[in-house]
Amino acid sequence: MPSVCFYFQVHQPCRLRHYTVFDQDHRYFDGFKNKAICRKVANKCYLPTNRLILDLINQHEGRFKVAYSITGVLLEQLAEYAPEVLSTFDALARTGCVEFLSETYYHSLSFLYSREEFTEQILKHRRTIEKLFNYKTKVFRNTELIYSNDLVDAIESMGIFDGVLTEGADRILNGRSPNFIYNSPRNKRIKLLLKNYALSDDIAFRFSNRGWNEWPLMAGKFSDWVSRVNGNGYVVNLFMDYETFGEHQWKDTGIFDFMRHLPGEIMRNQDNNFKTPSEVIGSYPATDVIDVPGLISWADMERDLSAWLGNPMQSNALHEVYRMERNIKKTGDKELLADWRKLQTSDHFYYMCTKYFSDGDVHKYFNPYDSPYDSYINYMNVMGNLEKRCKKKLNIEAEQLEV
Amino acid sequence: MLGWEFPPFISGGLGTACYGLTKAMSKLGLEVAFVLPRAVSAGKESTHVKMKTPADINYSRLNLEEYEQELKNVKFKMIDSPLRPYETAESFKHEIEELIQAKQSRCNVTISSGGADVGQPGHYSGDMYSEIHRYAAAAVRLALQDDFDVIHAHDWMTYPAGIAVAAVTGRPLVVHVHSTEFDRSGEHVNQMIYDIERAGMHAANKIIAVSYLTRNIVISRYGITGDKVEVVYNGVERNGNGLNFGKSSIRKDEKIVLFLGRITMQKGPEYFLGAAKKVLEVMDNVKFVMAGSGDMMRKTVELAAQLGIGSKVLFTGFLRGEDVRRVYELADLYVMPSVSEPFGIAPLEALNHDIPVLISRQSGVSEVLTHVLKADFWDVNEIANKIVAVLKYPPLQMTLKEHGNFEVRKLKWEDAAEKCRMVYEQVVSSAVCV
Repeated sequence: MPSVCFYFQVHQPCRLRHYTVFDQDHRYFDGFKNKAICRKVANKCYLPTNRLILDLINQHEGRFKVAYSITGVLLEQLAEYAPEVLSTFDALARTGCVEFLSETYYHSLSFLYSREEFTEQILKHRRTIEKLFNYKTKVFRNTELIYSNDLVDAIESMGIFDGVLTEGADRILNGRSPNFIYNSPRNKRIKLLLKNYALSDDIAFRFSNRGWNEWPLMAGKFSDWVSRVNGNGYVVNLFMDYETFGEHQWKDTGIFDFMRHLPGEIMRNQDNNFKTPSEVIGSYPATDVIDVPGLISWADMERDLSAWLGNPMQSNALHEVYRMERNIKKTGDKELLADWRKLQTSDHFYYMCTKYFSDGDVHKYFNPYDSPYDSYINYMNVMGNLEKRCKKKLNIEAEQLEV
Repeated sequence: MLGWEFPPFISGGLGTACYGLTKAMSKLGLEVAFVLPRAVSAGKESTHVKMKTPADINYSRLNLEEYEQELKNVKFKMIDSPLRPYETAESFKHEIEELIQAKQSRCNVTISSGGADVGQPGHYSGDMYSEIHRYAAAAVRLALQDDFDVIHAHDWMTYPAGIAVAAVTGRPLVVHVHSTEFDRSGEHVNQMIYDIERAGMHAANKIIAVSYLTRNIVISRYGITGDKVEVVYNGVERNGNGLNFGKSSIRKDEKIVLFLGRITMQKGPEYFLGAAKKVLEVMDNVKFVMAGSGDMMRKTVELAAQLGIGSKVLFTGFLRGEDVRRVYELADLYVMPSVSEPFGIAPLEALNHDIPVLISRQSGVSEVLTHVLKADFWDVNEIANKIVAVLKYPPLQMTLKEHGNFEVRKLKWEDAAEKCRMVYEQVVSSAVCV
């Protein structure tokens, strides 16, 4: 019976340019670098993978389904640097086999610091998705799958969502299977879909690892693993970054061929099928309650917040950015607001992570800075300028009022 | 082992390195005979500020008491010679003349240290080069009285001695490159020194470089093949418990940015001042302390005045021991803007004292440190940017300290000594094969 539920995270941050304490202008973002990376990822991943997914949907006559969560910061960049990617997403949307998920427009950690900002960003994202793809989102996933009981309460109170996605971390499951549907203790309406991290990471991280004893991973072998869930679960949630295809796992690893054959292999077993998150929620009942009083995420081995909030620099930078919320919003200046919001993207704080820094691992691969210290310095310099701008604006208005 | 300085008579990192290395070797059970030139009037430093100098300590007492425990496998041999590292030919000549006068007035000085009878110190010819060869001749005489397996020579002044001892005894020679003429003098190399360095490197069976930066210079500038050059990073002595309880009790209204090192072209003092000028444009309550002396001292003082920041820059002259510790305790940030730094032990010591560190990318030590700030030495803007950040954002300082101090603890002299031992084993076994 297991359904396979694919969800792909599609995101690129708006990277900052090198900004020193002596800089005075308001150009915070590195247009050149962002464009280059956006074009590169579009060519290596978004365009070929969208094409492949579209082919597979056509080939299987609508029985192959996937879900996407595309951040607002990326949608803006795609519109500017790679509009053809947007039209292929639109083509996917029109097949009816694709679900779009909700998240914070700026891929932010606002849930942790400001519920007001959190809600505003979700609604902004939802409007954008509806405008671009004519799709009303019904399921929410928080940045980096950060989750706690409180998140469900916040999402429930918005009254537009049926489900939330998060990580199937061992410490919240306590030996239970991620392949069932769960509820949070205080809220029975919202259903929870948990990532099957073992099978997800087989594709996302281990696929090209020649030291892995299952290498090379073939579609047939993988669908056998999926079929084994039969009788012990409703759904296998395969959640991963979309950049897995062609960017994290390069084309020559065979990742595209694997994906091309996977739906056919999985559906060879008559019991298996593909469902979108909303269909999963509609098809299966919640079997148990999962209690998550503290915060979890899908990052690293720890599955906690330490990648964004693990050292004094990160917590300082985060507190600084949310401390400015009231003043920024008071100015009513759209440009100021947009700049401030782009600075909330979680990647900025991820770059400041000192965990594993000396060992040089996955953190380094995604980091445009030489060191976490450089990234903090750069961020704080930009924040300093933004605050100055904001104060100036408020002072001028205050003076005008007095006159 | 042929060296030219050893604590407490040091003017730079070489003495510190020799001390750390021999101490660790002693722990590994390697027997070391350390040959030192012994200046007649040691400890006289050319600084304009009079510092407390332990000029009255002599080596023979030191060996016996202080160092006996930690350096029990190290024997010291002294050669009466005024050789000093980081010396220019001119300043050397000047000092020799002073020395000769002093000697004449005191009649003859007897040599009693180390038990080595190397005869009367002859008469000085008044130039450094013949002095080096005199040191070599004396080293050969010493070598003939002793038995050993490997000759290990530290930096160019001891290379001729190393070559000579190797030729006479047939033992393999390892030269240890702590710095090259290109680091000290940029492109204006002293041909004589370059020739000595080159001859030493070519005569050696193996070369130890203190970093890949130095290894590259050895290969590209001295015509050495890569397989002959091994990299052995320096270590750092742990001092204190790293907690520095006393530190928080020091109250000050001003931030202090520290430059500690010889004030010479190699160390980039003008970039430090250039950055200071920029920092002062956006911050006021900062003092820049330059601790050290060197041939660019006067020029640097003048430059500070010229930039109009004279009142914000303090020159302390050359510091030692307790004074170094005190200045570290006061500092908020240590900056090493070296133009070319083969390794750079000082940043490790700063980290050891819980000071965050900003180093130039053109340094060997930046190959081993990750929890530090780095900038290109010429990028005064970026150096200033990072100085301001450290002074302005306590969380940055906190994170750098925390991780930096942890990281520096992993750099041990024991590992350096172990690697040297492996190099020794290689040269000894290949010498037997031939």
